[in-house]
This record gives sequence, structure tokens and C-alpha cells, in this order.
Amino acid sequence: MTSAIELINVSKIYRRYTGRQFSTLKSALLKRSILRDLQPNEAFRALNDVSFSVARGSTVGVIGRNGSGKSTALKLVAGITKPTSGSVRVDGRISALIELGAGFHPEISGRENVFINGIMLGLSKREVEERFDAIVDFAELREFIDAPVKTYSSGMYMRLGFAVAIHVDPDVLLVDEVLAVGDEAFTHKCLDKFAEFHRRGKTILIVTHSLGLVERLCDHAVWIDGGEKQVDGDPKRVVGAYLTAVEQTEKQQMAAATSKAVQSAAPAAPAGDMFQATEGRWGSREVEITNVALLGPGDEPSFVFHTGDAVSITLRVRSAEPTGDFVFGVSVFNADGVCCFGTNTAIEDMTSDRIDGESDVVFALEHLDLVEGTYKLDVAVHRRDGAPYDYHRLLYTFRVKSRTHDIGIFRPRHRWTFSPNIRFK
Amino acid sequence: MLSNLGSLLRYRGLIHSLVARELKARYRGSALGFVWSFINPLLLLSVYSFVFTTIMPNNDPRTKPFAVFLFCGLLPWTWLSASLTEAASSLISGGNLIKKVLFPAEVLPIVSVLANMVHFLLGLVILAAFMIGFRHYPNMAALPWFPVVVLIQLIFTLGLALGLSALTVHFRDIRELLANVLTLWFFGTPIIYPYFMPSVSKVLWVFRLNPFYHLAVSYQEILFFDHFGHATSLLWMGVVSVAVFLAGYWLFDRLRDSFAESV
Repeated sequence: MTSAIELINVSKIYRRYTGRQFSTLKSALLKRSILRDLQPNEAFRALNDVSFSVARGSTVGVIGRNGSGKSTALKLVAGITKPTSGSVRVDGRISALIELGAGFHPEISGRENVFINGIMLGLSKREVEERFDAIVDFAELREFIDAPVKTYSSGMYMRLGFAVAIHVDPDVLLVDEVLAVGDEAFTHKCLDKFAEFHRRGKTILIVTHSLGLVERLCDHAVWIDGGEKQVDGDPKRVVGAYLTAVEQTEKQQMAAATSKAVQSAAPAAPAGDMFQATEGRWGSREVEITNVALLGPGDEPSFVFHTGDAVSITLRVRSAEPTGDFVFGVSVFNADGVCCFGTNTAIEDMTSDRIDGESDVVFALEHLDLVEGTYKLDVAVHRRDGAPYDYHRLLYTFRVKSRTHDIGIFRPRHRWTFSPNIRFK
Repeated sequence: MLSNLGSLLRYRGLIHSLVARELKARYRGSALGFVWSFINPLLLLSVYSFVFTTIMPNNDPRTKPFAVFLFCGLLPWTWLSASLTEAASSLISGGNLIKKVLFPAEVLPIVSVLANMVHFLLGLVILAAFMIGFRHYPNMAALPWFPVVVLIQLIFTLGLALGLSALTVHFRDIRELLANVLTLWFFGTPIIYPYFMPSVSKVLWVFRLNPFYHLAVSYQEILFFDHFGHATSLLWMGVVSVAVFLAGYWLFDRLRDSFAESV
């Protein structure tokens, strides 16, 4: 297969003019420095030596976090900007769905805008005429087509823009995160259109955050991060690698957030309502929780877990004076502040006898049966009558990830059984 | 640069539809609609006529009827100044197209110039009506020169518009400065006063450095005065216009790649 798009060692440096010396044209002319001053004096490398190619007739997804350079890559392919170094080659007529309805004029009617937009995208007037009905039907705007575009809802606007762009009938279609354009039904229609393009042997390059879409639709995926290509290949594998990296970042962010929360936890007054969701730390500190660690499988400290992981919460406690009156407690809250689970040693009929000096308390969950989401943790040590020694309210955050997107809070271990006349593919 | 110039021809369909859109969209929603293209120059002319026939009358008999004389210079001036003002912001206001669509940027300033040219041509209808009303007819022998002047002004204005629009992307100050430069330019050109006024003749060489002087004088001689003696200067002005156009286009082409990032 020959390639329809080829990027060879492409770098793109955006110039920034923060240190520009002149403030007016006049002074630039006087110093005869106009062209020199238009040179970059601070550079931002949006893409760094990226190479990949897209085979003719294939659908390729580009993924990566915000600001990674995905859209820059797409703009280079579209020819909107030029690479600073390296070369971009595209074979065939391009249509770029980068911003839908970019050329629409709000004052004139949808009909006139379809014509002008079509011509902007490279069609002749005749070609637009031939496709006009198909465009309007696709956008589902038959009854509004003669109204000025400024009266359209944003969904209508986008739909019309999408409809025009898709009917340019390109050999290479570039798509930048535009599937958020309409309701569910319209999104399906767009996906069907992509599938049709695919069947007809057209090349599609999609930039998206929708990883499911990449896995479902693409033959090939490219992951770009920090302006550099990370992995390139089978979509499942690339998406997997990307998710692992995202998890890593999330862990760091959770760790940073947690240490910040713990440090800044003001000794708040004990909340009257146990379930009031404000962060804080309070208590007499006769017994103190000096450190809290979350350990995932293999006893690795972590902040991101998967549904079903074995997770343990380790509390490091220190008692200044030996005492016999203490209760350890743990509760888990979800992002909405709902208490998912809470327990303590008193509830579970453990009667305290003695604590002295430094020691560890491990609360182990064999199986983390929570659905995907962000959770917060309360840990506490207090007297049997409830008077707190050290209460850490919602100071620890962790994330649970899941490949299944079930809803609710709790994911009980379960199994489906079917009689033999029910079959699944 | 030459191949880019050639591709301008390819965009004529696009330019045509954008000019049409510009004209349609401008008056959309106003009660009088397209009639404004006629009323606007008429109102402008009324203001100037009132000032220069009533408040500070111009008594030179050669400039009578003054309204017709004024109109001959004012119409082409309005074309130039409106074109430049719109062209200067055309790339910035059309930034969406440049950033998000593969779009030939030079089309935008060109559309500004051409849309204003249409207004200019419509203004000629009013001028003709005035001439008939005042029974003051143009110099028929010189009238074939009229399209030549228009063409030269078109080339000149396009060149300036291209250069200005490209520079404005990097120097937003131009937009602020431009209004004042245009005011100075307007009063420095024989439009509201005749070119044979003593104070002009005394420093004629200064006036001759002003490109629009040659255009204004040509328009006035062809449409208002009996004798067209400015032909040679006009042809030189034609050469200058082509040079301005090439320089403007060169500058535009030179800065083209920076537009998508700087707009």
C-alpha cells in the first residue's frame, strides 16, 4: 500500500515575541529591523522530529493529552501552517474538519453560506449546486436553510458546517475532535459517513480524545506527547500505552494534591455532622496519625487503582503516652460526598487494650469493588466515646479505573448465566 | 511569487462569491437595504456641499457647480480610504479562515477593495444624475480615459491593501494610525479644493509626490473640466501603481506563512 500522508522528521516551532523590542511600526522602520524582529526570539517546540505515514485507504487516529501537538500535526497535514523543518506530503484532495462553519457569515442565509463555504473548501459553484440537496438533508436543516445563520443554534451551525465539509468528497479527510457536534443521532450519522468513506477507500486522519472511537474505528493509531511521537501502531496497543502514561500522571497529581491537603489541613473544629464533607484535621493528638499510605497490588504505593485490585491503607500512628482507650476508623467517600463504606475497630467488636510509641495499622481490602471514579478517604483515631485524637477528614484522594464502565458506586463480584438458547457473539 | 500571482486567477470564483456576500451582508437587516449604497455617498456629498457652499464658500467660478466638482474627487477617495481601512483589518477579522481552513489569505484584502469598488461604481450613477441635474457634462473627448484611471486606481489600491493587511497582522498599531493618515492624505489632495489653487501651485512638486494627486486630478479633468492635460503623469502613475502592487504582493507573500500563527 502506498501512503496518502507522509510526515518526515517534521518539527514545528512556534515563535513567541515576548521580548519584542519595538512597539510600533514606526520605530521598527526607523531601526530598519522589521524583518529581523519578525524572527523568533523565543521558540516553543510544538512538534519535534515527528515522522509517520498514513496508508492510502486507512483510518488513523492521533491521540495525546491537551497541548501535545496533535492539532498542530493536523494543521501541518492540512497545509494551514508550514513545518519549520522536515516535510509533509499529502496525496489527493484534502478536506479538513478542523473548525466547522469557520467561514460562515452570520448575517446571510444558510443557503448562501453553503455555497460560499463549499467554494472556500474548493468546490466549484456547479459542484455545490449538485450536492446542495444532499448537504441540506444531511444537516437536517431543510426548513431553516433560508434563515440567517445567526439565528441557528450552535448544533445547527455545526451540523451545517459538517455537512458541507463532508460533501467536498475529499480523498483525504482530516478530522479534529468534531464529533461533539450534535446529538447522539447526528454523531451516529457522522460515524456512518466515516465508515462509508472508509469503504470507498478514502484516507481519514482523526485527532480525538475519544479513545473508544480510536479503538473502534481506526486501523492504526499514533500517540503524540510533548510534541514527540511516542508509539505508533495497532490502536489497542497504542491506546493501552497512552492510558498507562495518563495513569502515571494522575498518580503524580493525586500525590501532589494529597500532600498539599495534608500540609494545609487547618485544625478545623470537629464537625457536628459526621458526614459533612469539608476537609480538615482535628483532634487532641494524644495519639497521632503521622503518615497514611495507599498500597496497590505488590504493595506499591499508589493513588490510582483498578477495580478488583487488592488495596491496603497503612496508617503510621504514634502515641505519646501509653493509653488503652482508642478506636481506629476508615471511611471511603465518592466524589459526590456519598459515604461508600465506613467502619472502625469498635464497630467490629475489637476492644482496645494498649498502644504505645510508633506502630502501623493496616486496613486491607482484598478486592476493591468500586466503580470507576475519584474517591476520598477519612482516617481517624479517637476515644471510645468519640472524642478525637486525630481525625483526617477527606485528606486523601485516589482514583479507581475500570475497563467496564458500569454505573453506581459498588461493583459486587458477579456472574451472568444464560440458558443455551441465548447466545452472544 | 509569480505562481502565487497566477493562482489568484483560480480564486476568482471564490473572490466573486465573497464580494457578493460582502455586499449582501452589509445592509442585511437595515430597512433600506441596498439603497444605502446610493444614499451614503449622497449624504456625504450633502455634508461637504453644505460646508463649502454655505459655511465657507468657494468662489472660484471654475469649480461651479461645486457639488459636481466635489463628487468627482470624493467618490474615488471614498473607494480608496474605505478599501484601505477594511483591508487593514481583513486578515484579523478573517482570522478564523486563515487559522482553521486552507484558505488563500490574499483573497481577504482583495475582497475589501473590490466590494468598495462596487460601491464606487454605484456612486457613478449618482454622479451621472447630478451631472444631468446641473447640466454640467463630462469632457467627452477624454471620457475613454476614465476606465484607465479606474484601472490604475484599482492596481494601486490592491497593492496598498495587500501590504497594509499583511503588516497589520504584526503591527496592530497600523489600524489606529491609518485613520489619521487617511485624514491627512484627504486634505493633502485636491478634492475639496481645485488643484490650480494658488497655494497648491506654489508647492506643486510636493503635491505631485502624492500618488492620489494624479488620480484625483485625472478624474476631475476627465469628468469635470474641459481639458485633460494630465495624461502623461497618469501613465507614469500607472507604472508606479504596478510597482506598488508588486511590492505589496511581495510583502504579503513574504509574511504569508506567519499569518496562521499571528492572527
